Amino acid sequence: MSDTNTTGDGTTETKTASHEGEPNRRAFLHLTTGAFAAIGAANIAWPLIDQMNPDASMRALASIEVDLDAVEVGQSLTITWRGKPVFIRRRTQEEIRDAENVSLDALPDPEADNSRAENPEWLVMVGVCTHLGCVPLGQAGEFNGWFCPCHGSHYDTSGRIRKGPAPKNLEIPPYQFVSDSRIKIG
Amino acid sequence: MSGESTYQPSNGFTQWMDTRLPLLRLAHDSFVDYPTPKNLNYWWTFGGILTFCLVTQIITGIILAMHYTPHVDHAFNSVEHIMRNVNHGWLIRYIHANGASMFFLAVYIHIFRGMYYGSYKAPREVLWILGVIIYLLMMAAAFMGYVLPWGQMSLWGATVITNLFGAIPLVGDSIATWLWGGFSVDNPTLNRFFSLHYLIPFLIFGVVILHIWALHVPGNNNPVGISVKSEQDTVPFHPYYTVKDGFALVVFIILFSYFVFFAPNVLGHADNYIPANPLVTPAHIVPEWYLLPFYAILRAIPDKLGGVIAMVGAIFILFVLPWLDTSKIRSARYRPLFKQFFLIFVVNCLVLGYLGAMPAEGVYITLSRICTFYYFAHFLIILPVLGLVEKPREIPESISASILPETAASPAE
Repeated sequence: MSDTNTTGDGTTETKTASHEGEPNRRAFLHLTTGAFAAIGAANIAWPLIDQMNPDASMRALASIEVDLDAVEVGQSLTITWRGKPVFIRRRTQEEIRDAENVSLDALPDPEADNSRAENPEWLVMVGVCTHLGCVPLGQAGEFNGWFCPCHGSHYDTSGRIRKGPAPKNLEIPPYQFVSDSRIKIG
Repeated sequence: MSGESTYQPSNGFTQWMDTRLPLLRLAHDSFVDYPTPKNLNYWWTFGGILTFCLVTQIITGIILAMHYTPHVDHAFNSVEHIMRNVNHGWLIRYIHANGASMFFLAVYIHIFRGMYYGSYKAPREVLWILGVIIYLLMMAAAFMGYVLPWGQMSLWGATVITNLFGAIPLVGDSIATWLWGGFSVDNPTLNRFFSLHYLIPFLIFGVVILHIWALHVPGNNNPVGISVKSEQDTVPFHPYYTVKDGFALVVFIILFSYFVFFAPNVLGHADNYIPANPLVTPAHIVPEWYLLPFYAILRAIPDKLGGVIAMVGAIFILFVLPWLDTSKIRSARYRPLFKQFFLIFVVNCLVLGYLGAMPAEGVYITLSRICTFYYFAHFLIILPVLGLVEKPREIPESISASILPETAASPAE
């Protein structure tokens, strides 16, 4: 092996007048090397970050089907979907009427009942308080809907926030009826 | 080699910081304007490559620990979970598993380079000893890491290695039981190995800092092995060696990537994809390639305690290497006899590695014994005697004189 590492003294290559103002070879090499290093770093960084996102076994559980046959009017079902409780309530006529008769002006987060429950009899919501994530109690609170015991948020029979610190209505998950008595959530 | 600091804080904040915690000054004096011999060749780039390996292992290891379960009932499946379910998990695990091999490949080149150019000699003995400590820690980390997937090789490798401690007279059995936390390698063993496997890389990191500190006191050795005599013999670390190290690193990463993407299991053993079974030992049990020479030495001695002593001695003899070599000349370039014996020593180590992978029978045992004897003879007989009888070639006056054409009377190497 030879050790002809001649050092150079840091001066750049040819500086002829005709190339005045143009980037020289060294600047070009600096730029392209730096750009390649940056692209390479970003490419290796992404897998290291993305590994913390839900993995394939988690994503496989992202949608579930629920049988509603056994639920009578006035009863609720709480199931687990993506690790969170989902409330499925078969509402009474009185509850539906209460929900539909509210003026939207009276709501902090205005939403019509019919946009929240496709089929008025069935209300499907993620049972997580929009304040700080506690699970509200059913058929409780000043509006006979849901009441969160953690910080006192009151939801009505459509799951809309009426009073208390929560900023938004209870979330409606994506769902569809696959038959009259069966729904698919997610 | 620690001259005056040339660091100039460039703005108000760095000035303020410099009078309170001069971190940037330390970095500047250590890795930017650090005077480095101007004749370092590519064998000197492995320090930077090894730093890269350590950081890669720590980052990928922390990530794997996010998805791995250290329990005998779940460990094997959690590794399969990483391979199949976790986003890019296969990539991260293959980088980590092959990274261990790459780490050892680089460290062996680094160690042999130190031996060839006499980098362990005064005033760099402590630097060398810290390096041997890092090497020992690396072996412990690699061994425990290999246990974690809880395949057949994991279980039986752990069983064989921990049983080595059973060879110690009187307290051997108690020590083995204490290591296991039971009466064989089982769940408590797996749990503590996971804990220690996570700890050791940070210990290595700490010793690496001491290693670099000990390097920067006398400064780098160099291919001619004579000390820096004037500023003419040096160039600043940046950009000359940052670029040289960077280029070597890119080439190294290409090799690394070849294994990760095209041959990720070629350095491993197929039996480790069979879940651990305490009732059946694999027919042919071998350690990872980087431990094979020591495994050959272990098996060469027909006595349990003797084999363990020889194997451990083969590593610990490195600690006293600076005092076994009696020659004052550092670089093998000026030691014609040592140069040949060094080559034989390297070949002998490679043959030991080959023998470690072969079954312990017939001619392999005889060859293992010859090579084991030669390994120790190199340190205990050849090196001490060579320094006394060898007639070294003429040493150049300075590093500059060794590479300037008008004074370079020596033939090209």
